[in-house]
Amino acid sequence: MRVRVDGQEKSALPGQTVAGVLLAGGRVSWRTTRNGDRPRGVFCGIGVCFDCLVVVNGVPDVRACQRVVADGDEIRTQLGAELPGSAS
Amino acid sequence: MNRVVVVGAGPAGMAAARAAAATGVEVVLVDSAQGLGGQYHRRAPESLGGNEIPPIPGVRHLAATTVWALEPVPGGHRLHLRTGPADAPGRQATVLDTAALVLATGAYDRALPFPGWDLPGVFTAGAAQALAKGQKVAVGSRVLLAGTGPFLLPVAESLIGVGARVLGVLEANIPVGGWLRDPLALLAGRAKAAELARYVTMLARHRVPFRPRTTVIAAHGTDRVTEVTTARLTADWRVRPGSERRVPVDAVCVGFGFTPQLELAVAAGCRLAGEFVEVNEAQATSVAGVFAAGEITGIGGADLSEAEGVLAGLAAARLLGGQGETPRRAIAAVRAGRRFAAALDRAHPVRAGWQSWLAEDTLICRCEEVDYGALCRAVRDRDAIGVRSLKLVSRVGLGACQGRTCGRNAADLVGGLDPAGLARRPIAAPVRLGELATTPVHPNERDTS
Amino acid sequence: MVVSVAYSDVVVVGAGVVGAACAEALSAAGSTVTVLDRGAPASGTTAAGEGNILVSDKGPGAELELARASRSRWPELLAELREELGPALADVEWEPKGGVVVATSAESAAPLAEFAAAQRAVGVDARQVTPAEAAELEPHLTPRVVTAVHYPEDAQLQPVLAATTLLAAVRHRGGQVRAGVAALGVERGANGAVSGVRTSEGVLPCGAVVNACGPWAGAFAEAAGAPIAVLPRRGMVLVTGPLPKTVWHKVYDADYVGAVTSGEAGVQTSTVIESTGAGTVLIGSSRQLVGLDETMRVEVLRELARKAVALFPVLAGVPVLRAYGGFRPYAPDHLPVIGADPRLPGLWHATGHEGAGIGLAAATGRLIAELVTGRPTHVDAEPFRVDRPGVLL
Ligand SMILES: Cc1cc2nc3c(=O)[nH]c(=O)nc-3n(C[C@H](O)[C@H](O)[C@H](O)COP(=O)(O)OP(=O)(O)OC[C@H]3O[C@@H](n4cnc5c(N)ncnc54)[C@H](O)[C@@H]3O)c2cc1C
Ligand SMILES: Cc1cc2nc3c(=O)[nH]c(=O)nc-3n(C[C@H](O)[C@H](O)[C@H](O)COP(=O)(O)OP(=O)(O)OC[C@H]3O[C@@H](n4cnc5c(N)ncnc54)[C@H](O)[C@@H]3O)c2cc1C
Ligand code: FES
Repeated sequence: MRVRVDGQEKSALPGQTVAGVLLAGGRVSWRTTRNGDRPRGVFCGIGVCFDCLVVVNGVPDVRACQRVVADGDEIRTQLGAELPGSAS
Repeated sequence: MNRVVVVGAGPAGMAAARAAAATGVEVVLVDSAQGLGGQYHRRAPESLGGNEIPPIPGVRHLAATTVWALEPVPGGHRLHLRTGPADAPGRQATVLDTAALVLATGAYDRALPFPGWDLPGVFTAGAAQALAKGQKVAVGSRVLLAGTGPFLLPVAESLIGVGARVLGVLEANIPVGGWLRDPLALLAGRAKAAELARYVTMLARHRVPFRPRTTVIAAHGTDRVTEVTTARLTADWRVRPGSERRVPVDAVCVGFGFTPQLELAVAAGCRLAGEFVEVNEAQATSVAGVFAAGEITGIGGADLSEAEGVLAGLAAARLLGGQGETPRRAIAAVRAGRRFAAALDRAHPVRAGWQSWLAEDTLICRCEEVDYGALCRAVRDRDAIGVRSLKLVSRVGLGACQGRTCGRNAADLVGGLDPAGLARRPIAAPVRLGELATTPVHPNERDTS
Repeated sequence: MVVSVAYSDVVVVGAGVVGAACAEALSAAGSTVTVLDRGAPASGTTAAGEGNILVSDKGPGAELELARASRSRWPELLAELREELGPALADVEWEPKGGVVVATSAESAAPLAEFAAAQRAVGVDARQVTPAEAAELEPHLTPRVVTAVHYPEDAQLQPVLAATTLLAAVRHRGGQVRAGVAALGVERGANGAVSGVRTSEGVLPCGAVVNACGPWAGAFAEAAGAPIAVLPRRGMVLVTGPLPKTVWHKVYDADYVGAVTSGEAGVQTSTVIESTGAGTVLIGSSRQLVGLDETMRVEVLRELARKAVALFPVLAGVPVLRAYGGFRPYAPDHLPVIGADPRLPGLWHATGHEGAGIGLAAATGRLIAELVTGRPTHVDAEPFRVDRPGVLL
């Protein structure tokens, strides 16, 4: 499977989560907080903490550790609070 | 209505579903994950060399299905479900009514705040475990584990298994074998003792140092963790002056026990006993037709969860006329497991000294970026000492995780906050507003009557 | 346990926004005040309110007059408190952002225009705007707007901050705020008047008691031996995740006006949409007569969501993080109850503000202080008197 991460093509395997793909590729953060602009990535790994939020196919606030990738997914960094459908 | 519905497909939920199905009643097992197993039995997908847990005979498993709300209806409860990719808009909406509900929603790691704990590269121990087991990735290559309780040991093993170098396991309490001195617990936990011995051997083989009364008190780095400060602790977890050491790492994993995942139990109105769901010997909660099993009733490991699941599943099935033999083994296992759990709890408490690790600007609430100073001001200047007023004054717990991460710690810092109030999340998992606006379908109209 | 026997001129029972406002005004007038709450301060209905300070939803009449008085009092009061307490403690996220009421059908357009005209006649700033002007005020608004009215006077604050700021002022002036103390009844002196409040921690001697128990005001009044009719009306609010600024005013559907004054059972929703200082959007609220039943009903939330998405289609993809609810305290005739209890000298009521207690608190506090200290009132207190039909039991 192919996905794009911040514009770059990456290969992915069925059953991998977005976090799995990103961490395997050496990324530890893919979101910034809306007040302090702090970088964040996985913290709890099981869908509880909502730190790993990412934009998938134009939809923000997707938990990367819970979302299983699909072929062609467009994944990008989430910058603070975003409105669905808006370009970053 | 005339079916057993089990929420959570971990050791407790799977056992409940299996036990209920064995009596011949209709059983539906719901879990937000793709596969069965929950935390303990988490498997990697086939593409990464894993093998799925086979389906349970007689049980309809609704995978990738989240229960986002629960409400009472005449004769039972109604679950509101969303099926589809996590957090995607437009997942399928269904409702499921049941007169016999088993809640087995498990628990998640408790992380204590310390300066720098919000840097990328700081994980919970469970995250490292879930990523190693489920995704075959190591959260770092030089990893330090810190916290309290025997759970740190399987995490060390998994990390080593996916190629990480574990620099050490730091246990804030006395050595992990401490609870073995409790004769009752030893009796109860013979299998556990063997498991523990295996881990100790494993650590030795990989030359992983195990340090008691030690922890990580700060993480350093600009956009990710590059170093941590470790320190020796006093009996109540204050830092021993002069014991601080800097250790270069690329990941640190912390776990200070577990917090139960209570929102559905609270929505159902189940009474709590302390932090956990109160159950009787048949795993019945205070609410008729609602049973609870596994770590929402107390932290005691997978075996205890499974045994409780057997009891809960059977009790739920009996409510619908299912017949089954008295599960003597499970009853004995629950009894022994609870003793063991109590001993574990005594040996690995979270001690108040952690509060001294905090700096004024240490975040307490990661989502809303509320620091310790702001929390203290809310209490001191505005008398924000109730759950609702504390949240609305300081914004602690009002963010995306709805206090799952910070609630417990805020409760310790402020004192006197109601645990049920902290776990009240009528929306148990986020739904998109447009999803909420659409009408769900009743999958089995004929038998929801 | 040390029982506090210090005498207070006034004991205010209930530390919600109404009790806090009464206590603030009384202490400003020189009274020594003790505020009691059986729970934590500002954790009752006040913590469930949205913080709308509205003139737009009220037709000509007594409540509109109180609302207008309160709308002008709030910023004045906050400025005074900023002087007294400093900016941090006086911060209540006050936003005079204005309201926009829209009609999305021909049926609701005419009543809205009529309603606004009646309000204008009594001095409310209600500006009828075209759909194009509405779109300029609210760029994400549905294109289905038929007509709209802009109310520049509508404002917003954060109710828990407001209540805790008022209570901080009371403490600053030497008053006491006691959490976790329940009022169980009143003591009467030889002349039959109130001489103290019986509490879970003993008797507090005082000269007067203000019943500001919100939806529980009926229960306290009864315990005091002077029952009044105050009923609860359930309300739920949805909160989205934080967003970049998407909604600029308080925006609501014209059908709100109908819901406020209706006494029917069952569920009604009317959607007021507004963003908060924290970036979340509040969508509220429903009105349901279910007694003090706290059970969350998904159907109620669904109705709120439907209406919100209809007004702001862009919100469809936004996550809903939480839902919360409370009980609006109302009197059978839907007017606040503010004044002396004719049966029991020294007992005062300040309750029944229904869905507007936050907005009305500033004027209510002032009015109670004026009445208790025997000064001329700044608004006509007559319509809110306790001995009106249906209120005295
Ligand atoms: C991340 C993590 C990893 C762990 N790994 C190990 C380990 O390797 N070894 C070990 O001994 N112990 C481990 N534990 C401890 C472990 O939690 C327990 O021993 C055991 O798994 C508890 O079983 P349970 O059935 O109570 O709950 P869990 O196994 O936690 O299962 C609960 C299930 O409920 C589901 N669920 C919860 N809420 C909802 C909802 N609203 N809708 C749908 N589904 C829902 C979850 O998806 C989950 O699958 C781990 C704990 C955590 C948090
Ligand atoms: C969903 C919803 C949305 C709303 N939105 C708005 C809005 O936008 N704008 C607006 O103006 N209003 C709004 N309201 C209405 C507003 O919240 C109420 O009118 C207002 O908060 C009432 O305040 P109160 O101080 O009278 O009551 P409360 O805040 O309920 O305070 C009463 C206090 O009395 C205490 N108490 C009760 N009995 C006793 C006793 N015997 N002894 C000691 N203490 C006692 C309680 O613990 C409580 O803290 C809304 C209400 C709801 C439910
Ligand atoms: S890492 Fe916590 S929700 Fe994904």
